[in-house]
Amino acid sequence: MPELTAEVDRLSLVIEVGQMPVRVNTTDPAFLNLLQDRYAGFLGSFERPSDSAIEFDVELCTPPVGDPDADVSVKYCHGIWKLGRGDFLAEWNPAAGRGRIRQSRNPHSIDAVLRIVHSLVLAKEGGLLLHSASAVRDGRAFLFAGVSGAGKTTISRLAPSDATLLTDEISYVRRHGDGYTAFGTPFTGELAKLGENISAPVAALYLLAQGTENRIEPVSPGEAFRSLLSNVLFFAEEQDLVQSIFSVAFDFVSRVPVSRLTFLPDTRIWELIG
Amino acid sequence: MSRLYVARNPRVAARNLDGEMMIMSGRDSTLFTLNKTATILWQAADGSTPLDEIVARRICPEFEISPEVALRDAETLARDLAAREIMQVSEQPIPQPSFPSGAAR
Repeated sequence: MPELTAEVDRLSLVIEVGQMPVRVNTTDPAFLNLLQDRYAGFLGSFERPSDSAIEFDVELCTPPVGDPDADVSVKYCHGIWKLGRGDFLAEWNPAAGRGRIRQSRNPHSIDAVLRIVHSLVLAKEGGLLLHSASAVRDGRAFLFAGVSGAGKTTISRLAPSDATLLTDEISYVRRHGDGYTAFGTPFTGELAKLGENISAPVAALYLLAQGTENRIEPVSPGEAFRSLLSNVLFFAEEQDLVQSIFSVAFDFVSRVPVSRLTFLPDTRIWELIG
Repeated sequence: MSRLYVARNPRVAARNLDGEMMIMSGRDSTLFTLNKTATILWQAADGSTPLDEIVARRICPEFEISPEVALRDAETLARDLAAREIMQVSEQPIPQPSFPSGAAR
C-alpha cells in the first residue's frame, strides 16, 4: 500500500542586503509574491544555495498576531535568539543558520525581523545599522544621521540626479579595508522608496540639524561618538554584542569624518556635499 | 581606618576619545562620559592601589586640593560609579583578570 503523504510545496526566495543573503521559505504563493514586490532589487539567486547562511521558515497566521507598534523584544537564550513584537514571533539559531517566523501575511513584520537579524550579525562582523539616510555621489557614500524629524527624508528628497540614494532611513555600513562601506537597503522611511542595491566607501557622516542657513561644522570626537551611538539600531542587550557595537562605533569615528550639517530645505545643500 | 580599593569593572567597554573617557555599561547600554577627575580615577583604578594613594599621587597634584577633601570626594565618586556598575569598590585589593575581557583602555 503506498504511503499516504500530504506534501506542501515549499516556496523560497533570497533577500540579500549588504552582501548577506537570507533565504525565506513559505508555503503561501501570495506571500511570496508580496515579498518579491517588496524586496525587488534585493533578491538573490538560487545558484549558490550554500551561500544562504541564514534561512527562515515563515508560518502565516490569520488573523494578524497583534500590534505592530508594540515594543520589540530581543532575547538570547540557550543559543537561540527569540524575537518578538506585537505582530510577530520569531526564533533564530545562529549556529544552525535556521529560524522561523510566525506572522500574518504582511511585509512589515518580516522587514522588522530582517532588520534585527542584520543588526545582530553586523555587530559581530564590525558593522552597523544606522538611523541615517545615505547616498552615493562620485563613487563615495555620504551618511546623514538623525532621529525622526531631523531631515533624513528631506535631504533624500533634495538629492540631485547625480546622487544615488542608498536609503532614506536605515544605512548599512560594514568595515572594509581601512574604512567602511555603505550598502543600499530596502529598509525605507517616509519616502517609501527602496534604495539602490549598490555600495561605496563611506566618505563622511553628517549629523543633521535644520537651521536658517546651510553650513558644515566640525564636531568633537566625543560628540561624534555619542551622536553615532545614539543613532545605531540595536535591539539586544547581550554584553558581548553591546561591547562590539561600542568598539565598532569607536573605530568608525576614528576612520570616517563626522560633521554637523545644518541645512535649509532646498537643493543648495547638496552643493556642500561631494 | 580601613583603606579602600577601586577597580574598573571589566564588564564595561571604555575608550578615551581625545581626552574624553567614554564608558558604556554592559548591563543596559547606558553611555557615560567621565569628567577629568573621574577619568583620572578610572585610569588609576587597578584594584591594587589604595584609593588614598591614587588621590595623593594623581588627583591632589592635578587639582591643588587638600588630601582630606580630595579623598572624601573621590570616595563619593567611586561609590557612585560602583552604583552604576562601572567600577568596583572594596576594602580588600580587587584581583584583576590576566586578560581583561572588557575593552577598557
